[in-house]
Amino acid sequence: MTVLSDARVAGSGGVNAAEAAAATGTAARVWEALRTVRDPELDSDVVSLDFVGSCSVSDDGVATVSLRLPTYFCAPNFAFLMVADAHDAVSATPGVTRADVTLADHFASDAINAGVAARAGFVGSMAGTEVGEAVAELDDLRRTFTERALMAGTDLVVRPLMRGGATPEDVAAMTLADAPDSDDLRRLRARRRELGIPAGDDDPLVVDPSGATVGVDALPLHLRKARSYQVGVDANTSICRGQLAARYGV
Amino acid sequence: MYEKNGEKYFVVDSHMHYWDASPENWVQGAEQYAKGWIECFHAYQSLGPAETHQPLEEFQKVSENQLMREVFDEGHVDVAIFQSTYLREWYKDGFNTSERNGELAKKHPDKFRVNTRFDPRDGDAGMREFEANVEKIQPLGAKLYTAEWNGDSRGFKLSDPECYRFLERAQELGIRNIHVHKGPTIWPLDKDAFDVSDVDHAATDFQGLNFIVEHVGLPRIEDFCFMATQEPNVYAGLSVVLGGLMHARPRFFAKVMGELLFWVGEDKMTFGSDYNIWEPKWQVEGLVDWQYPDSEEYADYPALGTNGKKKILGLNAAKLYDIPVPADCRITEGEGAQLVDEREVAQA
Repeated sequence: MTVLSDARVAGSGGVNAAEAAAATGTAARVWEALRTVRDPELDSDVVSLDFVGSCSVSDDGVATVSLRLPTYFCAPNFAFLMVADAHDAVSATPGVTRADVTLADHFASDAINAGVAARAGFVGSMAGTEVGEAVAELDDLRRTFTERALMAGTDLVVRPLMRGGATPEDVAAMTLADAPDSDDLRRLRARRRELGIPAGDDDPLVVDPSGATVGVDALPLHLRKARSYQVGVDANTSICRGQLAARYGV
Repeated sequence: MYEKNGEKYFVVDSHMHYWDASPENWVQGAEQYAKGWIECFHAYQSLGPAETHQPLEEFQKVSENQLMREVFDEGHVDVAIFQSTYLREWYKDGFNTSERNGELAKKHPDKFRVNTRFDPRDGDAGMREFEANVEKIQPLGAKLYTAEWNGDSRGFKLSDPECYRFLERAQELGIRNIHVHKGPTIWPLDKDAFDVSDVDHAATDFQGLNFIVEHVGLPRIEDFCFMATQEPNVYAGLSVVLGGLMHARPRFFAKVMGELLFWVGEDKMTFGSDYNIWEPKWQVEGLVDWQYPDSEEYADYPALGTNGKKKILGLNAAKLYDIPVPADCRITEGEGAQLVDEREVAQA
């Protein structure tokens, strides 16, 4: 294996990005739809992560998408979320008459694929299968990881400001509009909206996962923790990308 | 022992294996899991240096000679601690059992320590097996896989009452070190197998036990850090951190090390190669040579000096396992866990 680039891994262009760029018509719109589907753990979309094994649209509008993951044993709860989200996103794409979205090469592929096609939910999909029963739907899991993404995203937005000389007092008083526009800031706003936390220009820049403002006294520890979350996301993404590369040669 | 620039490093590999994942050992009807498992491990190996990669067939089952050569002759390891992983649902004789490990250890008693294991879901029969195993191999440690399948169960928590029963018994029987796998997925279904709060509870309630969290809670490094910083008997097992990141992603490796040094500290970090996923040689040499990249990004992480590297590579684990350390490999500087006081946390 070649040593991978050390640029921030999430969002870098891989084989999927090139395939997406080459697509036209409905297929191009399907690729765009897939960009809205995230791996909640890595806070990155399945196209950026090269999780799309194949994507095609027939003349009569049937979209066929195969997803793939770094290992045979990737957590089935996250896998289910991605396949279900992809099914919803592709189904809603203009020009698509039917979506056939499946997961390949995974120990729970059969259960997940049948369940997603039947819109059975996670518990319903796993019931009676060889891979075991599930006891809860995945809304809480999704929320937990969106909260983590909020923390990690706070680090990406705020640390450059601190490095540029902003003091804790400055940051505690800042609103979202005070931070320079960037992909990281737009993503942070999106995660806040998903959590039901206001993300307008006049809303505070730094909030905790419950939406509460973080005062100047609590700010240093809050930011120190935010940085740990970001390091965790990057480390996980590194390992997942390395595994995917070993498995599929991408 | 590894020597570089006049410094001697006593090396304890506190997390390694001697497995049999050859097709002859696959359980009929569960072949896809046995195969998927070892292929997943094999993909991890690809994150190490190219010259250490093995063909899958060799990787599935290394010979005794190869293990002895790669771990001790070439790998600089003084003492290696076997951790077991049973996986009997998929592997007929188990994947990496304390029986198989114990046979090899018997031939080289000065080179190995063999840890036992238990599964609280095995009830009274499991307790008897555990007690018999402890009597036979006299281990100081046990390895637990909280996400392992067992019958209809897809996992357990250290804080479950049944598990507390085993932990109490373990403590009575003289076991001191509980290694917990909190790392890359092994097939958790919908239990949150990465959650480390169960370790937090158990560490508080069992002050006579040390809890070494292997793979530092990946993919939840930060949750592990925030917990470990408050529990003096919780340690960071570096298996996968070194093997999976040091070569393939040196800058992210540096950040993870920085986080661990900040929250957990060099007194509570232990080296583990995860052999036969990765050979110890390049990991030991790499850690001895390691320093932060020259960038402002790493400026506020704690430094790691020669003494710190000696602790991580062997001295910390030697202390946990009562392994005698030659005088010329010891250090005199203070030891013992130091807690990070949250109120005095440095600014990011």
